[in-house]
Amino acid sequence: MKQPIYLDNNATTPLDPRVLEAMLPYFTEKFGNAASRNHAFGWVAEEGVDYAREQVAKLIGCTEKEVIFTSGATEADNLAIKGVFEMYKEKGNHIITAVTEHKAVLDTCKHLEKNGARVTYLGVKEDGLIDLAQLEAAMTPETILVSIMYGNNEIGVIQPVKEISAIAHKFGALFMTDATQAVGKIPVDVNADGIDLMAFSAHKMYGPKGVGALYVRRKNPRVKVTSQMDGGGHERGMRSGTLNVPGIVGLGKACELCRLEMESEAIRLSGLRDRLESTLNKMEESYVNGNTQHRLPHVANISFKYVEGEGLMMAMSDLAVSSGSACTSASLEPSYVLKSLGLSDDLAHSSIRYGLGRFTTEEEIDQAIAVTEKAVNHLRELSPLWEMFKEGIDLSKIEWAEH
Amino acid sequence: MAYSEKVIDHYNNPRNVGTLNKDSKFVGTGLVGAPECGDVMRLQIEVSEDNVITDAKFKTFGCGSAIASSSLATEWLKGKTIDEALSIDNMDIVEELALPPVKIHCSVLAEDAIKSAINDYRVKNGLEAIVLEKSHH
Repeated sequence: MKQPIYLDNNATTPLDPRVLEAMLPYFTEKFGNAASRNHAFGWVAEEGVDYAREQVAKLIGCTEKEVIFTSGATEADNLAIKGVFEMYKEKGNHIITAVTEHKAVLDTCKHLEKNGARVTYLGVKEDGLIDLAQLEAAMTPETILVSIMYGNNEIGVIQPVKEISAIAHKFGALFMTDATQAVGKIPVDVNADGIDLMAFSAHKMYGPKGVGALYVRRKNPRVKVTSQMDGGGHERGMRSGTLNVPGIVGLGKACELCRLEMESEAIRLSGLRDRLESTLNKMEESYVNGNTQHRLPHVANISFKYVEGEGLMMAMSDLAVSSGSACTSASLEPSYVLKSLGLSDDLAHSSIRYGLGRFTTEEEIDQAIAVTEKAVNHLRELSPLWEMFKEGIDLSKIEWAEH
Repeated sequence: MAYSEKVIDHYNNPRNVGTLNKDSKFVGTGLVGAPECGDVMRLQIEVSEDNVITDAKFKTFGCGSAIASSSLATEWLKGKTIDEALSIDNMDIVEELALPPVKIHCSVLAEDAIKSAINDYRVKNGLEAIVLEKSHH
């Protein structure tokens, strides 16, 4: 077994060798500019891009013309939200999003607030899902866009996108979703889900880094976004810049593989995830974070009370995982996503995210369970909080010296 | 962030983990930090009649640097007089463990824990608490 074991597939995924193989010719003999219309080099590159576009479209159930290639999901989020705001500001200036969104959405909204947008940041329920009644209550005639993510990157919960889009449309607003964690992992169909704009990225689905896409609906309604990059008018004028042909080919291949393998892969991964989660959840004072019914098949987020996440990760150096705890003098704040579920700071500091992927094996999961149990027990032996808990001392009654 | 070898050593083989009888008048206990901030240190010293620290124990909830800082502190405290212990500066810990700037607060917490344990001991034995400088968190 390779060490350390990679269980951080929500941060990024390894490139599938089949994707790499598809990409390689486009670095060397097929190096042409897809915009060169007058010679074979250009045509070959364009063919590669066309095939990729078709694969992306097939995966999400749209037409090829509705796919705008970008440098990744962050750029796609920016293009969607800023582009809609600029295009539709005559109609209204109100945007609705949620506190658990990725920073690419939140910070874009904050940016727009400086330019006259009014933004509502919806809270979430204890399980990480937004409250539909609250969304409906927040809608106004000035609301032009509702931007709610599909699957959450930290806890994996899947928002009720179909219901959300219905509410947005009822009030004449567009619905945008950051589906970076969902596309390729679970069935996402822009028509069935009523999605008008959708951002996603190749490197979360076994494709290369530096390439992603924005889906922009062309019919019912026809959605337009103001371009954020001026230049040669590529991608139907919405995103200028010479196409990253090898990257796009990689994204296309990644989408193709996900479409073909998603169904069986989701079953395999949720089986492994459930085994990991249920075993670790048997440990004393361990808590699973987020809704366990509506969620992605490959994520588990667990808090081990009375141990600190970063210290725990150090004890688990054989595992590459991620923690909601940030222990630096720059930021003592634990994950804002976990805090928004109403988790106390200490539980948020004690959280570990396990992100499984296509190359995760059963053997690795068993190893991950063993390593985690050992590390948690080791750190609890060192933890004054654990000792106090065991002595029956109520930690909330202690006056801590906040620092 | 990569940890220094000394941090890793203290983390993997923490010295003097444990608990002394906090009700004994020879024992001083310092409990500093807060769970909400992601680190809590409990440091205890046992002091002989001639003011020498004969034993020191710790337990820490926190990151590797916090655990290493408190482990190192217990190592340094043993055999020192109270006055010598008071002169331990957080920057000595930073230097010894090669802590990066973002982890300096861990050493500050360890210094606070030492002083707080000494004060607990002093107060128990009818002495005045030493006024602590406001630490620079």
